[in-house]
Amino acid sequence: MAKHRTLKVVRPPALIHGNAAIARGAIAAGCRFFAGYPITPATEIAEIMSREIPRHGGTFIQMEDEIASMGAIVGASLAGVKAMTATSGPGFCLMQEILGFAYATETPCVVVNVMRGGPSTGLPTRPSQSDVMLSRWGAHGNHASIVLAVSSVEDCFHVTLKAFNFSEKFRTPVILLSDEVVAHTRAIFSPPEDDGLSVINRVRPSVPPEWYIPYENTARGVPPMAILGDGYRHNVTGLVHDVRGFPTEQKEEVRTFYERIHRKIDLNREEIEIFESVFLDDADICLIAYGSASMAALEAVHLARKVNLKVGLLKLTTLFPFPSKPVEEVLNRSRVVIVPEMNFGQIVQEVKNLGVCQTRIIPMNRYDGHMFAPSEILQKIREVY
Amino acid sequence: MQESTHLIHQYLRHDKKFPHLWCPGCGNGIVLGALIRAIHHLGCSKNEIALVSGIGCSSRMPTYVDFNTLHTVHGRALTFATGIKLAKPGLKVISIMGDGDAMAIGGNHFIHAARRNIDITALIMNNSIYGMTGGQSSPTTPFGSVSATAPYTQIERPFQIAEMAIASGASYVARGTVYHARKLIGLIEQAIRKPGFSVVEIITHCHVQFGKYNQMGSHIDMLKWQKSHAIPVEKAGSLSDEALKDKFTIGVLANRDFPIFDQEYEKIRQAAMQAQP
Ligand SMILES: Cc1ncc(C[n+]2csc(CCOP(=O)(O)OP(=O)(O)O)c2C)c(N)n1
Ligand code: SF4
Repeated sequence: MAKHRTLKVVRPPALIHGNAAIARGAIAAGCRFFAGYPITPATEIAEIMSREIPRHGGTFIQMEDEIASMGAIVGASLAGVKAMTATSGPGFCLMQEILGFAYATETPCVVVNVMRGGPSTGLPTRPSQSDVMLSRWGAHGNHASIVLAVSSVEDCFHVTLKAFNFSEKFRTPVILLSDEVVAHTRAIFSPPEDDGLSVINRVRPSVPPEWYIPYENTARGVPPMAILGDGYRHNVTGLVHDVRGFPTEQKEEVRTFYERIHRKIDLNREEIEIFESVFLDDADICLIAYGSASMAALEAVHLARKVNLKVGLLKLTTLFPFPSKPVEEVLNRSRVVIVPEMNFGQIVQEVKNLGVCQTRIIPMNRYDGHMFAPSEILQKIREVY
Repeated sequence: MQESTHLIHQYLRHDKKFPHLWCPGCGNGIVLGALIRAIHHLGCSKNEIALVSGIGCSSRMPTYVDFNTLHTVHGRALTFATGIKLAKPGLKVISIMGDGDAMAIGGNHFIHAARRNIDITALIMNNSIYGMTGGQSSPTTPFGSVSATAPYTQIERPFQIAEMAIASGASYVARGTVYHARKLIGLIEQAIRKPGFSVVEIITHCHVQFGKYNQMGSHIDMLKWQKSHAIPVEKAGSLSDEALKDKFTIGVLANRDFPIFDQEYEKIRQAAMQAQP
């Protein structure tokens, strides 16, 4: 295959939508393999990748379904190429088994889920945020996961880059949650210079092949990753395996395996947990929001401040590992916390689970296929102020 | 004999800490032997070979050999193999599957890999049953036989794996048996050598599950059954329908040239890279 290349072209600001920004972010992150299956509202990502990725020396393939797409990206990543797929609820359901394989084998990859209403075919052309818990817990079994949410075109680019960096650094699939509103809202986007971007690549083994222990129980928990065909022949299996990659049912080895794949995420929570605080210093009431709901929440905060209501926002980009520290701080400091979500209440459960104080936690839910209006959030703020 | 096992030992993972899980007398070991010999004849380095399997008794095969080995999920081996081949075209990607793995849960991936004619070799061990889970019906369980989930007899007609591969567009399609072990080596070698999607359907026996349910005797009896039911494809043309009844052909069933996905994509890639942005 041709050497991967980075096109050196001047990229002027452009009016693009969230899906396009995800594609651009992926290319900038070094994604050179995309496999997918068309589904609204994610399809544009595949279409753009089919055009762009070969120009950068990479590969696009439209697979026969989402299961196959997921298998193909894991295969490509094991063979050393950064890989991504993009889908929506029904396709994301199909991907869960191989997503589990990627957790078990610690194979970096990025899975974009542009959320729409569900269950089932649901609301194909309408936004939703109802796959949050599916993203955390979809694959069966014990696994830690990294789930990131995007809320704007700008986010789509930068958080996609982050998603790849985390997946490479921690050898794990990363789930990127978008939604129909973010996907199709256009904004002026000025792509940053490639040189200024921090792109992380997986650590490869430096020892001779005969010394290599593919799943070594290192302190950091992330063993160097050999690429298929580069001389470090080893076994990759979704069965629980020992440090050499061979299936095991020995208690000690089983425990070691599970603990390490959790530890490698846990030890790095501070780096992984991305959030933004807006007017939190003196806020009586705090909104906790993510994705497109956070855009409405942000606007509501501005409106509230205009009429001297002390309202702040904690915008979560990282949903899992759940950023408990900043959320706890908000809970300790505010009188009321409102959690607007386009679902029946998913992240609000995580907030409640912290159970740190007497703060009132108020869920605010929309599940009618329409996004929040800032005015309705403001209305809620007034009610509880 | 010693020489022959010596060759095999060069490829086994002797440092693996437990014995293989196949039942004594299972045909899977013969297939592994044939695969190793075929790869040895080809003169490939171990680093060049990627074995990608699904889930099942047959799919345990890669774990035992010193290549790049990948034991994936049930039915999806070809999807992983597709990603690997496209990401690293220099690898010889060989997919190891059972009949249930390839034809039931993985049937869709199988026909699409053949349609794309991607340069992967698919070896399918057809033992007419789900071995690993204890003898339930598979899409190749013969009409009228008995299984753990067809106690009143199987009323579905079986897929013909090789014929399905031909119809789906594979470049190379062969069928062999574990009884005809020497011939099998040649078929596998040719399959790996052939660019495009190559399929070798390997008729093997699961005396422990299928044989037991259908009173087919020991593994030796089942090998004899293979001997008496296999007709070399070269001979089949001259035989009457009556003589061919209940028999199956072995040998190279199709060997042809179609556009190969990975090669076609490379053309696209080159053109796209040259085009002005
Ligand atoms: C998604 C999923 N469904 C079911 C199973 C259980 N399962 C394991 S192996 C197998 C069938 C194996 O039969 P076959 O592919 O013919 O291989 P054999 O064991 O006969 O070699 C099944 C159903 C599984 N592992 N994954
Ligand atoms: S159950 Fe059947 S297929 Fe599986 S190892 Fe035993 S004989 Fe072989």
